[in-house]
Parts: sequence; C-alpha cells; structure tokens
Amino acid sequence: MNGGALIVGAGQAGIQVAASMRDYGYDGPITLVGAEAQPPYQRPPLSKEFLAGTADLASLHLRTPGFYAERGIDVVTADRIVRLQLSPAGPPGAGTALTERGRRLVFDRLALTVGARPRRLPLPGADLDGVCYLRVLDDATRLRAHLARARDVVVIGGGFIGLEAAAVARSHGRNVTVVEAGERLISRSVAPVISEFYRQAHARRGVDIRLGATVAAIVGEQGRVTGVRLTDALLPADLVVVGVGVVPRTELAEQLGLECDGGIVVDEFARTSEPAVVAAGDCTVLPNPLTGQGRLRLESMPNAVGQARVAAATLVGKPRPYTDVPWFWSDQYDLKLQIAGVTDGYDQIVVRGDPGTEKFAVRYYRQGRLLAVNAVNSAPDYLAVRKTLASPVPAAG
Amino acid sequence: MPKVIFVALGGARRTIDAAVGDSVMATAVRNGVPGIVGECGGNLSCATCHVYVHEDFLPLVGSPADLEDDMLDLAVSDRRPTSRLACQITVTEALEGLTVECPEAQP
Ligand SMILES: Cc1cc2nc3c(=O)[nH]c(=O)nc-3n(C[C@H](O)[C@H](O)[C@H](O)COP(=O)(O)OP(=O)(O)OC[C@H]3O[C@@H](n4cnc5c(N)ncnc54)[C@H](O)[C@@H]3O)c2cc1C
Ligand code: FES
Repeated sequence: MNGGALIVGAGQAGIQVAASMRDYGYDGPITLVGAEAQPPYQRPPLSKEFLAGTADLASLHLRTPGFYAERGIDVVTADRIVRLQLSPAGPPGAGTALTERGRRLVFDRLALTVGARPRRLPLPGADLDGVCYLRVLDDATRLRAHLARARDVVVIGGGFIGLEAAAVARSHGRNVTVVEAGERLISRSVAPVISEFYRQAHARRGVDIRLGATVAAIVGEQGRVTGVRLTDALLPADLVVVGVGVVPRTELAEQLGLECDGGIVVDEFARTSEPAVVAAGDCTVLPNPLTGQGRLRLESMPNAVGQARVAAATLVGKPRPYTDVPWFWSDQYDLKLQIAGVTDGYDQIVVRGDPGTEKFAVRYYRQGRLLAVNAVNSAPDYLAVRKTLASPVPAAG
Repeated sequence: MPKVIFVALGGARRTIDAAVGDSVMATAVRNGVPGIVGECGGNLSCATCHVYVHEDFLPLVGSPADLEDDMLDLAVSDRRPTSRLACQITVTEALEGLTVECPEAQP
C-alpha cells in the first residue's frame, strides 16, 4: 500500500468508513486492517440469535467478498497495527503504519475504528476453563459449545450482554443465576423502573437474580470451573459468563499523542485532537449528538455506523456534523426493548402502560423537555419519540 | 440459488443470487444494493429496509405481522399496500425471481 486511506479495525465502524468513503466519491486506495481472523461481521447477534443457535456464522457477515472487491476495498484480516506514526513533514494525517506481521503501510488519511475490549475480572479463578467473555465471534462460539453441555450457569454482571446471555441460557433450560454488584440491573442506561421490570421478568422465568452481590472468587477443580464464591454464598457453576463492561482501545491514539478521556476524544465531525485523523465507534467519546454538549460513550451498532459515516465525510473533505438520534435495542426472551435518545441528566419520567403486561414505555424529561424513551414491546412509542427527537428543536428564547 | 431482483428508483435493476434462509434485507446490504440500509441488522427497529413487493409475489410473500405493521405505519414515508420490511422476508426457492422496488427515501 502506498498512500490512500488506512482504516484500523475491521468492525462495524471500520467497514462503514470504507463503504461510505466510496459512496462519497473517494477513489484512492482504501485498506482496512482487522486483527480478527474473520471478515467483518455483526456483534449484536452474538448474545442473541447466534448464541441461541438460530443464526449461523454465514448470516453474521456484514458484506460479501464481492462487495469489497467491486469497491476496491482491500481487507486485511488476522493482522494488527502495532505502530502508527504521522509524518511531521507530510500533509496532515499522512504517515506510516507497521503491522504485527511486519507489513509496512504508508497512508495519507487515517481512521481509528479499533473498538473496545471486554473488561477482565481481576479475580482468582478467572482463567479457569468454562469462564467465558462475550465480545468476539470466537468468544461466542466457545460459549455456545459450553452452553450445550452446561447445567448451572452463573452470569457475572447485570448489563445488557449479561442479561441477554442469561435469557438464552434460561430458554435452553439451564439453571441460571445473575450476580450484579450494584443495587439494580442495567443501572448505567435506564431508570429504576426499567431495572426492576427486568429483575421481575427474569425472576418470573426462573432466573435467580442477586443484586448487591460481591464475587470473591471463581473456584474450580482440575482447571475447570465448578462455582462462583460470593462473600456470603457459593453458587455451583459449570459455566460462568462475564459481562462487566468494555474498555475502549486507546493505545494507538496515545502513540499519536491524541487526547483520550476514557476513549478517544472526538468532536461532532469525528475528528480527534489531530483534526486530520478521525475515529468512530466504541473506541470514542463524543459530544451528545442531540445537544452538542458533554462527552458520551455510545456503545451501539447504530452509533458505530452513524459516526463512521460522519468520519468518512470528514476524510473526503465534505464534513457534516453528527446529529443522529442515538438508539439501541436489547432482546431478552420475547421482550424487545427499544431505546431512543440519551437519558443523561433526566429529572422526570413518565410511565405509559403497565409494566405488569410486559408492554409499556418510559419517557425521560429534563425541565419538561423530552430526552429519551425506553419502550418494551411498544414499537409505536419508541418510533414516536425517535421522530420527535429527530426534528430540530426550536432555539430557546 | 434463487434470484432476487432489486429495482432502484430510476428503474435500474440489479439481480442477485440469494442464499435460501437469508432475509431480503441481508441479501441487499451484503451485496451493496443502494436504497436498502438495514441499519438495525434485521431487528425490526429501524424500518430502513422498506421495499415495495412486486404484485405477482405478494401472495407468496404474505402480509406483515403486528410489529412490522406498526413500523410501516409509523416509520416509513410512503406506505403502500405492497410495502414490506425486507428484513422480514426470508428467501426461499419458491420466491425465485422475487422483485422488489426501493422507495424514494428510507427513514
Ligand atoms: C455480544 C454483544 C451484543 C451486542 N448487542 C448490541 C445490540 O443489541 N444493539 C447494539 O446497538 N449494539 C450491540 N452491541 C454493541 C455493538 O456491537 C458495538 O457497539 C459495535 O460492534 C461497535 O463497533 P466498532 O467497529 O466500533 O468496534 P468493534 O466491533 O469492537 O470492532 C473493532 C475491531 O477492531 C479490531 N482492532 C482493534 N485494534 C486493532 C489493531 N490495532 N489493528 C487491527 N485491528 C484492530 C478489533 O479486533 C475489532 O475487530 C453488542 C456488542 C456485543 C459484544
Ligand atoms: S433492517 Fe431494521 S427494520 Fe429491517
């Protein structure tokens, strides 16, 4: 490769930067380098249909091989960028890269779409056989194999991924316990009424939910997990799923001296503190797309895609700000949760419908202004709020 | 492999060899058919996979289920009797030659 665009990380964001650059008319070389062995695939099904066995590997692929060939996108898999350097003399954003396998790449435009890694548990026993994380396809394949043989499953972490994995395991008839350190489930993203709804919904389906529970150790015999020791109980387990959040990858950005603050800091044009270099997806912290204020992490597929489009526009010299309404979904059993907007800083909620019917929605407001919705099996509520948030708000007095 | 034909707004046709079991949305997105976005990956959350099914195929394809019906009602700009969300149509041998038209805009 000589010149052209280098995109580091071949996940949802990376592939979208490449595809959108072509859509916007860029005709130089594009190289997409990904550390994983598989061509770019979708992650959301890993804790849903793929884990449940209703979707296969082929259905996860984001694009066909023909797509990359037709558009002249060079996809390098199973190699990792280990070193990045911007040339002090060259045009802004130009530089060189070195891969783990010793490939040297020269680029004149750079996008970082390196995503995030799962937070590891710093606990005794965390490396026993049968302790699984869930981020990449290899994790999901291993977890699926363990799940087929498991009897007692303990999920550590009551966030979306943990709860989705718990739902699949329970639907397969396993004994499932969810251990959450906080006082409620999914506490980072939703109001207490939603947390409580999911606690009850899982309990009704036979999952044992332990809130405010501290894991002291994971225990095993002959290298295999046999249980999870809480400070006040021992839970038997032949499978442990750890879902305690992710940590954005910032090492390469730090090599380049880019500003990082729990993620690579970008502005509404997906520009890093070196404005010629863009970043998108789970590796970034960005201003709230609806207000332009603050710094958020939006770990979601729609954000990876939307922000990547903006990054591509910036790279081809047609910048436009990122104003997409953030949205997200989670599938657990027959419960579809759809979220639109950002709940940060809400001071009031309104519950519409009855959580007891498993069909209701919660709207979030701040000083009377609509911020967000969480809709459970209520697509119309979700859509209505998403539409409202997408229409430009009249400027305040 | 059954063929699926995508008709763009200007009338341009693109024929794709689809895999049985894939959705029509996934078939379009993986092959880069313009006009079908499929933003939520087939999760019935975005309606950016709206298509008009050619009348000959309507009886085979069937009508939308409740949630899809809600999405079509609320999210798409120009709903017609032939409107469907492409992520909810699964490719089968029986659908050989399925022809769908892309709308003017996706939400
Ligand atoms: C199990 C699971 C379920 C999810 N469910 C949902 C859901 O229901 N809805 C939703 O909206 N979102 C969901 N998400 C989140 C969503 O998948 C992510 O937000 C999205 O995939 C982020 O894409 P990304 O491209 O930014 O990062 P990633 O997908 O993490 O991709 C980054 C890629 O870069 C590669 N990479 C990193 N460093 C280097 C390097 N130096 N050189 C080369 N390659 C490198 C990594 O190997 C990785 O493949 C889920 C995630 C998981 C794990
Ligand atoms: S792909 Fe989102 S609704 Fe069909």
